[in-house]
Amino acid sequence: MSPASAGVAVQADVVSYEDDVIRKFVIASTFWAIVGLLMGVIIALQLAYPFLNPPLEWFTFGRLRPVHTSAVIFAFGGNVLIGTSFYSVQRTCRANLFGGRDLANFVFWGYQMFIVLAASGYLLGITQSKEYAEPEWYVDLWLTIVWVAYLVAFAGTLLKRREPHIYVSNWFYLAFILTIAMLHIVNNLAVPVSWTGAKSYIVWAGVQDAMTQWWYGHNAVGFFLTAGFLGLMYYFIPKQAERPVYSYRLSIIHFWALIFLYIWAGPHHLHYTSLPDWAQTLGMTFSVMLWMPSWGGMINGIMTLSGAWHKLRTDPVLRFLVVSVGFYGMSTFEGPLMSIKAVNSLSHYTDWTIGHVHSGALGWVAFVSFGALYFLTPRLWNRTRLYSLQLVSYHFWICTVGIVVYISAMWISGIMQGLMWRSYDHLGFLQYSFLETVDAMHPYYVIRAFGGILFLLGSLIMVYNLWRTAQGKLRKEAAFGEVPGAPGILPAAAE
Amino acid sequence: MNHKMFERNVVILAIAILITVSIGGLVQLVPLYTMEVTIEKVDGMRPYSPLELAGRNIYVREGCYLCHSQQIRPFRDEVERYGHYSLAAESMYDHPFQWGSKRTGPDLARVGGKYSNEWHVQHLMAPRGLVPESVMPGYPFLAKKELQAADIAQHMETLRTVGVPYTDDQIANARADLAAQARGTTGDVEGLQGRYAKAVLGDFDGNPARVTEMDAVVAYLQMLGTLVDFTTFKPEYGRR
Repeated sequence: MSPASAGVAVQADVVSYEDDVIRKFVIASTFWAIVGLLMGVIIALQLAYPFLNPPLEWFTFGRLRPVHTSAVIFAFGGNVLIGTSFYSVQRTCRANLFGGRDLANFVFWGYQMFIVLAASGYLLGITQSKEYAEPEWYVDLWLTIVWVAYLVAFAGTLLKRREPHIYVSNWFYLAFILTIAMLHIVNNLAVPVSWTGAKSYIVWAGVQDAMTQWWYGHNAVGFFLTAGFLGLMYYFIPKQAERPVYSYRLSIIHFWALIFLYIWAGPHHLHYTSLPDWAQTLGMTFSVMLWMPSWGGMINGIMTLSGAWHKLRTDPVLRFLVVSVGFYGMSTFEGPLMSIKAVNSLSHYTDWTIGHVHSGALGWVAFVSFGALYFLTPRLWNRTRLYSLQLVSYHFWICTVGIVVYISAMWISGIMQGLMWRSYDHLGFLQYSFLETVDAMHPYYVIRAFGGILFLLGSLIMVYNLWRTAQGKLRKEAAFGEVPGAPGILPAAAE
Repeated sequence: MNHKMFERNVVILAIAILITVSIGGLVQLVPLYTMEVTIEKVDGMRPYSPLELAGRNIYVREGCYLCHSQQIRPFRDEVERYGHYSLAAESMYDHPFQWGSKRTGPDLARVGGKYSNEWHVQHLMAPRGLVPESVMPGYPFLAKKELQAADIAQHMETLRTVGVPYTDDQIANARADLAAQARGTTGDVEGLQGRYAKAVLGDFDGNPARVTEMDAVVAYLQMLGTLVDFTTFKPEYGRR
């Protein structure tokens, strides 16, 4: 820190932040979270009870599944990322948003339009059928325009900052914005059949398309769902815990290592396929190495609570944030494990992958987002506190149980199916027909749907709580975490 | 090196990020285009016939790849269950590839010729009518919808611009070939089979009066994995 920065701090109060648009992002995030989770519950039930696929073409599993994935990743996750980045970049730079209200509103409405165009297209059968890159060419073009506007607003704010240093959360957000732009453009290069029609053909073919797709697909995980949310973590955990980031040096090392290594990991989605072996081996090696910077981020997030662990007793919002980092650590251990070819030969094509994705998406991405939404709502609507901390706690426990039920069911069904596919009887014949493995999945599909329903219920409690908070209501309840007969340990008791 | 350089200058930070995230992709993607061994030399591969292409586009539209892979791995159980492991050459004309990442249903890379046309139609209409344990959605609307393929030649021209070697002859005869394959008896059947070796003929949906989406989907399913001549394929071609 230079001596100058202490002098600038005096003027902190003169900056008026552009917060109106962030309120919109908070509302949109909450709305899309419920849409995405509800779609997930519906398609989970379709797998458990296939008669729930109506004979109407718009609502089959094949068309609804991209609605679910896009709604949770791009609609819920994307709104959280853009909203939180706009909130924290202004504060860490002590500058209001570059481009002002107009540019911010363009990014907001443009992004919502992208979501609606993409999702309505899926229902109508307009899709590229590239996983997590389903939108057709015209939607891709529109997203590119919106994304450039987002980059201009974000990087412009960094340029006019009144702090000498760019804060660590902004490195991650910037890496997320730039890399997603690169991935999106390259993976979606396509030639439309006609300028007035929706259909296009992707320029890449076969094995090259597969490699390009998973270079994109794994780094949608790496940069959208990881780097972006690490940016969120580096701002919101220190704020909520009221402690500085644990290690500045660790944040530098794991930032550069993470963004360098992640890009190589794509081929682990293509083990034992007709992708050349050298590419598979590279993908596996870098995926295993990726474990280290991933845990660097986890350690930095969790250890930020050094000296503040007692706050977990009284602050359920902090629980969301800390447990999310725990789930992050767990799924970034499981990921490298599954990228090892021998393990992947069993796990690939099974529900194990689905379980892995959900421990990351629900445990890490959704939990850290919930923490941020609980942090933001009282501040953006100028309320003294949340409507109810008790409800936050209910939300936390119901969702945590939901995740555990979900991922346990998927571990069992995935490993079981993988083992059934490869098992031989004593005469040397395949022991199970494919159909017997489908039949064996049924109970786990029911349990999984139940886990998903719990998660949705917990999230509905959050919606109610945020709604009441925005209204300015305060629920009459005892100070949270107060233990009868144990005075003196709780900061809340001092109030 | 002093990290202040990156922390104090947005432009330097952005450039450093872009360089850092470009390396892995360049190393993994570029050689796939430059190394000749990436795609095995095989006999028998050809672009999709117009009807198969229309069927494939319906397969893409319905998101079938979300539950069905088209990629057989070189394991004893997979080869016994599904057939010869998949070759890169077999998807060389696929825009996009449809290898998939999940097998809620079985792999379809070599489903061609395994079941009759009637079986496929009945199965697509009502999967649990034939396979009670199936969790697949029914697709009865495919049999009701007339195939919209008036612009099929335009589709083939677009594919040619992205590298699929359709000939002028194939593009000029696109609509006639489509009709000939879907009827099976009328039209220039010989011409069709000359342009597309092994093209399966037939009134796939059992309704000769019209060409439906069902006709196209079944034509596509019935050719999957049937093109490559494995009698002339040497496994060492696949060593790369």
